[in-house]
Amino acid sequence: MSNAFHPPLGTGINRRRFLNSGQAFLSAGVVAMLAGCAGNAAMPMSSGSAEGDVAILNVALGLEHEAIAAYQIGAESKLLDKPVLDVAVLFQGHHKEHRDALAATVRKLGGVPVEPRMMNDYAMALNAGAIRSQGDILVLAARLERGAANAYLGVIPSFRDAELAKIAGRLAADETMHWTALAGALKQNLPQKAFSFAA
Amino acid sequence: MGGGAPVVAAAHIFYDRGHMRNLLIAALVASALPAWAADASRGATLYEERCTGCHSLDANRVGPKHRGVFGRKAGGVSDFRYSTGVGNSTVVWDETTLDRWLTNPQGFIAGARMGFRVGEAVDRGDLIAFLKRESGK
Repeated sequence: MSNAFHPPLGTGINRRRFLNSGQAFLSAGVVAMLAGCAGNAAMPMSSGSAEGDVAILNVALGLEHEAIAAYQIGAESKLLDKPVLDVAVLFQGHHKEHRDALAATVRKLGGVPVEPRMMNDYAMALNAGAIRSQGDILVLAARLERGAANAYLGVIPSFRDAELAKIAGRLAADETMHWTALAGALKQNLPQKAFSFAA
Repeated sequence: MGGGAPVVAAAHIFYDRGHMRNLLIAALVASALPAWAADASRGATLYEERCTGCHSLDANRVGPKHRGVFGRKAGGVSDFRYSTGVGNSTVVWDETTLDRWLTNPQGFIAGARMGFRVGEAVDRGDLIAFLKRESGK
């Protein structure tokens, strides 16, 4: 583990330094380890602004839970060819990293991470019963990834903590990467104009 | 011609009055334009692109289902678990309240979880027109 992830722990985590560490949001394992190093001591939410940021992070966490469930539905459908299944599992792994990092950050800021819903709830909400083919799964995944990218872009102005806004941008970049790959697999045309994602 | 000057002056007055009237009409039209121009069809496209990450019309997901939202009380979907702030709110969703919500949700209702903002007024107007249409209003 890099020294960058050993914040001055004696008196509690320096929140800003934690968030400033370059890989803090890329490696869920590191974030979890950091949580362990901190003796699970949460940062108290000192103001309404921190509560607002935590609320937004929890919405993002809910979104990641849903994405994980969607890929699980796809993986268990037996409709995916092996190469597509491999990519689905890879992308689901990214979402699990997002989930773990978001949950750790919510805890560090003194909040309670939102729990996932039941798989049946996700299946119903995503109309999984209508899925008949690999193409249907790819369309659903692409739709969710684009929606997630736009959601992360749309919350950036609301974060009081600029570092959290930056992290939302990085999450949006991951989702956009997923969408681009899925759109390619679906042979969808690339956007013909710039600024095709939410401004 | 001796009466030339008064005639010209009178013409100016008429011209000015007519010009002012046209300006007034233009201003009235411009002030009313957002409501007239709200495009529910474009709003449907915006909804698909920007809102479906968290919302659906007929299913609760990360956020509550949206069909019927226009005219409904905030926190009014019985089977969705809202934040305390939204659940306790007395806001009723209409053009004005939805516009303020989409501009800055947490600034409009303290304690709201949603942080997603729609920055452009024309986009908010089109989205609201779509939500109004899908609410049967």
